[in-house]
Amino acid sequence: MSEITLQDIIKPENLVYKKTSLMTDKALSYCPGCGHGTTHRLIMEVIEELGQENETIGVAPVGCSVLAYEFMNVDMQEAAHGRAPALATAIKRLWPNKVVFTYQGDGDLAAIGTAETIHACNRGERIVMVFINNGIYGMTGGQMAPTTLPGMKTATSPYGRDIATMGNPLKMTELVATLPGTYYVTRQSVQTPAAVRKARKAIKKAFQNQLDGKPGVSFIEVVSNCNSGWKMEPVQSNTWMEENMFPFYQLGDLKVDGKLIDK
Amino acid sequence: MTEEIIIAGFGGQGVLSMGKILAYSGIMQDQEVSWLPSYGPEMRGGTANVAVIVSDERISSPTLTAFDTAIILNQQSMDKFEHSVKPGGVLLYDPNGIIHHPTRKDITIYEVQGAKLAAEMGNTKIFNMVVLGAYLKVKPIVKLENVIRGLKKSLPERYHKLIPLNEDAITMGMNNVNKL
Amino acid sequence: MGELKLMKGNEALAEAAIRAGVDGYFGYPITPQSEVIEYLMAEKPFERTGMVVLQAESEVASINMLYGGGGTGKKVMTSSSSPGISLMQEGLSYLAGAEIPCVVANVVRGGPGLGDIQPAQSDYFQSVKGGGHGDYRLLVLAPSSVQEMSDFVPLAFDLAFKYRTPALIVSDGLIGQMMEKVELFDQIPRLTDEEVIKRHPWATNGKPKGGERRILTSLDLDPHKLERHNWHLQEKYKTIEENEVRFEMLHCEDAEYIIVAYGSSARIAQKSIQLAREKGIKVGLLRPITLWPFPKKPIDELTKKGVKGFLSVEMSAGQMIEDVKLVVEGRTKVEHFGRYGGVIHSPEQVLEALEQKLIGG
Ligand SMILES: Cc1ncc(C[n+]2csc(CCOP(=O)(O)OP(=O)(O)O)c2C)c(N)n1
Ligand code: SF4
Ligand SMILES: [Mg+2]
Repeated sequence: MSEITLQDIIKPENLVYKKTSLMTDKALSYCPGCGHGTTHRLIMEVIEELGQENETIGVAPVGCSVLAYEFMNVDMQEAAHGRAPALATAIKRLWPNKVVFTYQGDGDLAAIGTAETIHACNRGERIVMVFINNGIYGMTGGQMAPTTLPGMKTATSPYGRDIATMGNPLKMTELVATLPGTYYVTRQSVQTPAAVRKARKAIKKAFQNQLDGKPGVSFIEVVSNCNSGWKMEPVQSNTWMEENMFPFYQLGDLKVDGKLIDK
Repeated sequence: MTEEIIIAGFGGQGVLSMGKILAYSGIMQDQEVSWLPSYGPEMRGGTANVAVIVSDERISSPTLTAFDTAIILNQQSMDKFEHSVKPGGVLLYDPNGIIHHPTRKDITIYEVQGAKLAAEMGNTKIFNMVVLGAYLKVKPIVKLENVIRGLKKSLPERYHKLIPLNEDAITMGMNNVNKL
Repeated sequence: MGELKLMKGNEALAEAAIRAGVDGYFGYPITPQSEVIEYLMAEKPFERTGMVVLQAESEVASINMLYGGGGTGKKVMTSSSSPGISLMQEGLSYLAGAEIPCVVANVVRGGPGLGDIQPAQSDYFQSVKGGGHGDYRLLVLAPSSVQEMSDFVPLAFDLAFKYRTPALIVSDGLIGQMMEKVELFDQIPRLTDEEVIKRHPWATNGKPKGGERRILTSLDLDPHKLERHNWHLQEKYKTIEENEVRFEMLHCEDAEYIIVAYGSSARIAQKSIQLAREKGIKVGLLRPITLWPFPKKPIDELTKKGVKGFLSVEMSAGQMIEDVKLVVEGRTKVEHFGRYGGVIHSPEQVLEALEQKLIGG
């Protein structure tokens, strides 16, 4: 029996999966099991598929994905905490034919950047906003986010989020869906292959909207895990997310082609 | 008396808490102490180190480049800190996982099989206490009774039942440190 | 003697806030000072003293919560690190203009921009020259130990209320993250509502029966009136400069050279001085404790005494050195040394700089 070498295996006809060239070769800085990496890949795959590699400008947030520009192989700007939609607004206004997106966490998009988020959505900027909701501030060591669930323990809600004093979790996606300036609003997840396929479709639709010059923001929330911040194993964090986050943050489209979906 | 120490290893080896217990022990005997950790993203699974100073006098710089003692618990830390021991100083290490052993001739080198001894005692979590015991044998800068008092101060109440185990670990370290 | 504890600088600041009788803390997480709000949330000061602790949605919100809360005469405080403090500059200008007392702590990290999360002292200009708009000053205290992180909280409140002005506590990631022995002061009771009303007649906590309403504002569209308000502020700043300068001198009696350093740099410099003296070099330390008002007088006196040079040691590209030079006015050498961007200089590097820039050069 002759020995099989690597060269025998690595052949075009055996290729079942290839990393998009729009992801750099840098090792991801995310904790193993974290949803950030998968979402990065989906965005880059879509941009590659749509042939927009040289037409795209992305805006990275402050949060665990602050280094998104290290991994996404397109032109990128790094914004101050919460301000990505303002940067993206100006980029798109000055380069209307380019593809512009922001990538933001819940602290970034729904706390410090609430004003920028609401107003970019309300003005109907023709951009894509990807919103990673992991219910916590991952980057700074697991403090409470606006999206933290009631009773959920974090570094700044060590006895659980107390609604009476800390407020309710903010459903930013429902909120922006009510604004006339949003064109497509959807909530997805990336914890299983099926979910990944769905999320990819949604991201593609969002970018296609922008390419087609559709009026308004295409807004994609990805409900994600933060195994480190939640102090769980990756698999356990996904189960916890399915059991606790999904009932509160229900998956699916909220607004399609500028029309609210009746649920 | 001023003792300037660097304790370095992997995050999760109890490097920071070992330094904290040592610092608390110093307070228990009316000394001045400082504890300065490396902080930030490098803490995620990577290396961790802490500079501890115990002194009879007001402490000047809490950040140092040369130490009286280096307690080294992994290879990266050996590479980084072997040369920061002052001439005539002490290097204490756990040979477990060390490939390039220390070579300096102008310092005194001790080893303690901390990981092995802790495993033999049936609890890998007390590893850092074994190493602390070994250190205190070499440099008895704080009294054992003050270490126990320090432990009581630094551990939450619910862990106080573990103090005898920690004490055993310290004794184990004291009895098993070898000069090379 | 107060309770002895081993604490991080950030924790000591938080515990001191509770003990100083603070009524409200409003903050937003940022490294390297998130322990402040984490400690406060874990300690449940609302149960201990009735103190309110709230995680705001941003630093812009935090500082404006201080405007509102401070305006009612209550003791209010926030803390952050460089990027967050930059966001507060607008608010600080309004607070200074409307003369509202409050305490803001900055645990400085490397910049500019997002920078990094390691210790730095590069927010000196922002702190002492007025990072916001308009002619205003902040009272700036620079702790150099965990003990001072605790002690300066009640001190900052005393000064802030005495002069009706915001006070800043400027430390850095090193002091924030380091643990040292602290002797905690005893609980200062929070003022009752009646006491607040009585002590602070300027505060807006409800128009007194039969009295005049109070207005807190930084606006005056009449330029002459606004100029008069500015004169009043300047008078106040002059009084502060006359009365509130704080500094420490170490080994200056026989010193031929002086290191001027605050905060962590002052700690590092103490070691450098020890090393220098072992080599027979006579160096002393002047440590500004208030960065504003800046200790001009001792620098002037040392200059007059004939010291051969000053070395301004700061973890910045050289900011405080400008204030040293303003006092020295060319009468003797003034040089800067410091690492920055989050790099901490070693005691040996400071000594080397002293030898090269002042003694050798
Ligand atoms: C003005 C300012 N305030 C605070 C911070 C500190 N900070 C960095 S990331 C972050 C929160 C990030 O949380 P999120 O947006 O949910 O992202 P995640 O890390 O969870 O993906 C904060 C508070 C900062 N960098 N700048
Ligand atoms: S801290 Fe949380 S959000 Fe950040 S990389 Fe780790 S798992 Fe992901
Ligand atoms: Mg988040």
